[in-house]
Amino acid sequence: MLRLLFHTQVSLGLGQAAAVAVLAILVARFAARRGANIGKEIPLVLLRGLVQILLVGLLIAALLRGPWWTGIPVLAAMIFIASTIVRRRVPELPGAYTLSLLCMCAGAGGVLTVMTLLGIVEPKIIILIPVGSMVIAQNMNIQSLFLNRFLGEVRSHRGEIESALALGAAADRAAEPYLRASFHASLIPATDNLRSLGIVWIPGMMAGMVLSGSSPVYAALYQFIILGMIFTAGGISCLTATYLAPRRIFTPQQQLRPLS
Amino acid sequence: MSNFMNTDVLQAVRLSRTLDLASGPKCLLRDVSFRLEQGQILAVLGPSGAGKSTLLRMLNRLDEPTDGTILFHGKDYREMDTRHLRRRIGMVMQHAYLFPGTSAENVRYGPAQHGDGLADTQVSELMRHVGMAGYEDRDVANLSGGEAQRVSIARALANQPEVLLLDEPTSALDDASKQDIERLLVSLVRERNTTCVWVTHDVSQAKRVADLVLKLEGGQAAGLGTPQELLDA
Ligand SMILES: Nc1ncnc2c1ncn2[C@@H]1O[C@H](COP(=O)(O)OP(=O)(O)OP(=O)(O)O)[C@@H](O)[C@H]1O
Ligand SMILES: [Mg+2]
Repeated sequence: MLRLLFHTQVSLGLGQAAAVAVLAILVARFAARRGANIGKEIPLVLLRGLVQILLVGLLIAALLRGPWWTGIPVLAAMIFIASTIVRRRVPELPGAYTLSLLCMCAGAGGVLTVMTLLGIVEPKIIILIPVGSMVIAQNMNIQSLFLNRFLGEVRSHRGEIESALALGAAADRAAEPYLRASFHASLIPATDNLRSLGIVWIPGMMAGMVLSGSSPVYAALYQFIILGMIFTAGGISCLTATYLAPRRIFTPQQQLRPLS
Repeated sequence: MSNFMNTDVLQAVRLSRTLDLASGPKCLLRDVSFRLEQGQILAVLGPSGAGKSTLLRMLNRLDEPTDGTILFHGKDYREMDTRHLRRRIGMVMQHAYLFPGTSAENVRYGPAQHGDGLADTQVSELMRHVGMAGYEDRDVANLSGGEAQRVSIARALANQPEVLLLDEPTSALDDASKQDIERLLVSLVRERNTTCVWVTHDVSQAKRVADLVLKLEGGQAAGLGTPQELLDA
């Protein structure tokens, strides 16, 4: 029906986006009435997402004419921005920005570099940016989940942690059960994506490749590779965090900081 | 008395702690001093919010003094390794805060942090001392409040601390366990000649257990002396 109202592809797209946004806002209203604390944020978040992705579309259109290495600063900028978003999830954690940045450089940054050097990710803008951004975005989610869960665990187990310290435990050791729980929890979505791949979920990238004429078998393999990269990047970044995060919540005298 | 003759195990010297809050500085404890010889029990009394836990946490160095210090056997405790200090100055909190697992695993935790393993007989011995013989393999999730507190006392004693800090160890318990745990603690502490700082808000408990009493009010010392001097008014 929308096709009758909108003639060009872009205006059609805008109309479709508006329809989706209206639906999302309705859902948020409903949720707000039920007491969920998301209602007010949603229109702004939607608008922001739309503007961002549109700008990126324009940017990619421009970049596609440039050499492949222009992808590197673009992906680096994404990691920097992703770190500010992670920090916003855990404002009480001292040094959360640097921590996330280091972790995601090791995770998404390391994995993308190695995969490009191995030739698995082709050094072409049209591959580098979409694949890279998928890995970085998922790494960001995993990193947020990890730190959020870790802080929550620490807050609800202050007594246990300080009891361990009072018995002479090293700070890392006192925090270990909660690091382990957070590591596990933060990788659940990525693990479930791998588990359900192709059965519950046919990811967008694969759909896109098939639509644009690639062999479905190659598209399937490539999708598997991407999920594998997401999992590996997330694993590396959280593993890095298990070493770095305790240093942010304890003082050098092995005292648990207030964190509020 | 010269430093050479000083037999004090624990000495607080004008101990203070001030927080830098967004609303301005907040003084939790100001200029609190006392000295304890080996085997003495100091009861710290005071209303809620007086700074009793703040004082105790600083003695275990869970919080940092912002002014003043603590001398442990005459030595500034900030010059000591924190983990080593915490092994020698043990702490029992208001709640047991046991680690998931069995009672025995909890008792073994402290020594294991310092590279020492306890033999089964040592664990049983400790459990017997706190009246929990035969509970070694019990999952701590299934213990009553009083039983859990006993295990947490055994866990603290496993480190063989020279000083034991008790933060209202009986206040979360019902009346019967309250008396039992109080008697248990007094006999354990006396038997081992352990120096003890015992926070309580119960004046009669302080009279029963203490050699010395420190009264705190609004973060400041409002009296230091024997129970007779301070509590028999
Ligand atoms: N991190 C903190 N931020 C702000 N205020 C604090 C903080 N920690 C402690 N306080 C305040 O310091 C004061 C002393 O607290 P403390 O826990 O030492 O009291 P207490 O004597 O142990 O009381 P209770 O008998 O209730 O356990 C209280 O007014 C408390 O609100
Ligand atoms: Mg208290």
